[in-house]
Amino acid sequence: MSTFLNLLAYGLADGAILALAALGFVLIYKATGVINFAQGEFLLIGAYLMYTAWVVMGLPMVVSVLVGIVAATVVGVLVERLILRPMVGEDPISIIMVTIGLAMLLKAVVQMFYGTNPRSQPAILPTGSVSFLGATLPVNRLLVVVIAAVVLTAFTLFFSRSKHGIAMRAVADDQQAAMTMGISVRKIFALSWALAAVSAFIAGVLLADLSAVDQNIASFGLMVFPVVILGGLDSVPGTIVGGLTIGLLTQFVSGYLDPGLATVIPYVVLVLILLVKPYGLFGETRIERV
Amino acid sequence: MTTASGPTTAPAGAAAAAPAGEALLSLNNVEVIYDDVILVLRGLSLEVPRGKVVALLGSNGAGKSTTLKAVSGLLPSEHGEVTDGSIVFDGQDITRMDAAQRVRQGMSLCMEGRHVFEHLTIAENLVAGAYISKDSAEDLEMVYGYFPKLADLRNRVAGYCSGGEQQMLAIGRALMARPTLLMLDEPSLGLAPLLVEEIFGYIRRLNEERGLTVLVIEQNAQVALDVAHHGYIMEQGRIVLEGPAEELQENPDVKEFYLGLGEEGGRRSYRDVKHYKRRKRWL
Repeated sequence: MSTFLNLLAYGLADGAILALAALGFVLIYKATGVINFAQGEFLLIGAYLMYTAWVVMGLPMVVSVLVGIVAATVVGVLVERLILRPMVGEDPISIIMVTIGLAMLLKAVVQMFYGTNPRSQPAILPTGSVSFLGATLPVNRLLVVVIAAVVLTAFTLFFSRSKHGIAMRAVADDQQAAMTMGISVRKIFALSWALAAVSAFIAGVLLADLSAVDQNIASFGLMVFPVVILGGLDSVPGTIVGGLTIGLLTQFVSGYLDPGLATVIPYVVLVLILLVKPYGLFGETRIERV
Repeated sequence: MTTASGPTTAPAGAAAAAPAGEALLSLNNVEVIYDDVILVLRGLSLEVPRGKVVALLGSNGAGKSTTLKAVSGLLPSEHGEVTDGSIVFDGQDITRMDAAQRVRQGMSLCMEGRHVFEHLTIAENLVAGAYISKDSAEDLEMVYGYFPKLADLRNRVAGYCSGGEQQMLAIGRALMARPTLLMLDEPSLGLAPLLVEEIFGYIRRLNEERGLTVLVIEQNAQVALDVAHHGYIMEQGRIVLEGPAEELQENPDVKEFYLGLGEEGGRRSYRDVKHYKRRKRWL
């Protein structure tokens, strides 16, 4: 029982971070139609932005988080403006290649400043543990789940209540019609990249706090693909279900079966889902009236 | 009056008999080219007087939709471009203005085929329509007042609404931007005759009660000319005939071409009209 609860806590924490990372991916795909292969590197950039502000520049923690969010927004907007906008109207394959190039560029920029060795950073979340039904559960993992839940709820409310959130969904639905409402499609594109970068920043910082500030963050980010394929490329609720499923699955497989198999299992899910339900569990169905 | 001459012999500009009243929108010799090669509008001129309903009629491919897209600034997204002439709205030259900015100037377009946001609810569609205004509570009440059906269905996903409901939503959504000029591209498309009457009833009411200026494109010339004050008829990218709606309805060529009525006033078969049209064009 205690193993089960432990794996559950670890799985939920991983899943929550994956959901946040996948949220950014889905935002970009939904609003702009771009498949962003650099999402993992956005997490990496996020973690190193926090490290730069907090450890290198010595700013207080809360200020560092705010500075990091602003910096992530700027990175997102710049990437859209300088790299993606010139590609509007190009072949999807070309755009995918551009995002792969972007991934390498971002990784290289991080290595240029900080090399490839892990950096040590003081813990952000309390590291103690609590006993629950005989199991000793790490507090920081439980807090990660809570933080992710709050952020995801905030994003969901933004999309269903706020004018700009609704405008983003309107652009995703029908760009031309959105233009006739005076909605600037360019601004909405910039907004989606900015929001994606911010959610990746939060995911990257949380992940770095659980593991370490190093290059592995980007490879963890690669797991957004099984997550979004499972949940549906364009579904916000799908990222939560997909993220938690993949997070729990890897932890349980690693704990009960074999840690080696656990690194492969997300991609097994990916292949199976593509075979059975290519649009994912919550992928948008095209509405057709008869 | 140009109504006396035949459709193919009228001067291209046809500005001689501009409708009376101050023009809210005027197009002067507008030329539109798609993909740098396809000439769609060849020197089109028309005027929409403030507070009036103007109908723009014509057969498929005449360039009616292109005209509205040129006015609302949607051409760049379709690789089209205004290469000559000018478009003046409310005293301001908007020929090169950004589409989003034009909406802020006070014009709204209901695109052909309704184009509601399918995955958004009716209420969310209306919120999206009010994107440019700060406070839209009153506008929402006004739209629900005109279209009580939308109020009943406010939480329904728009993609699952009927064609008539979607058309009402498209008009309501356009009204949320508080336009002074409402442009409608084929509001009757795919609707049952009774619904077409209903939709045009709303257009008439909006014009009479709110002083809304309307420019409407229609294939259904009959219903459009019933509501409109003034009509223009387009063929191959230019205006070939224009005049007050009642006069157009009496014009023998219009009767033949667009209303499907014979010389004696009786209804002729579509086949005859088509033959006649083809002959007349080749002569």
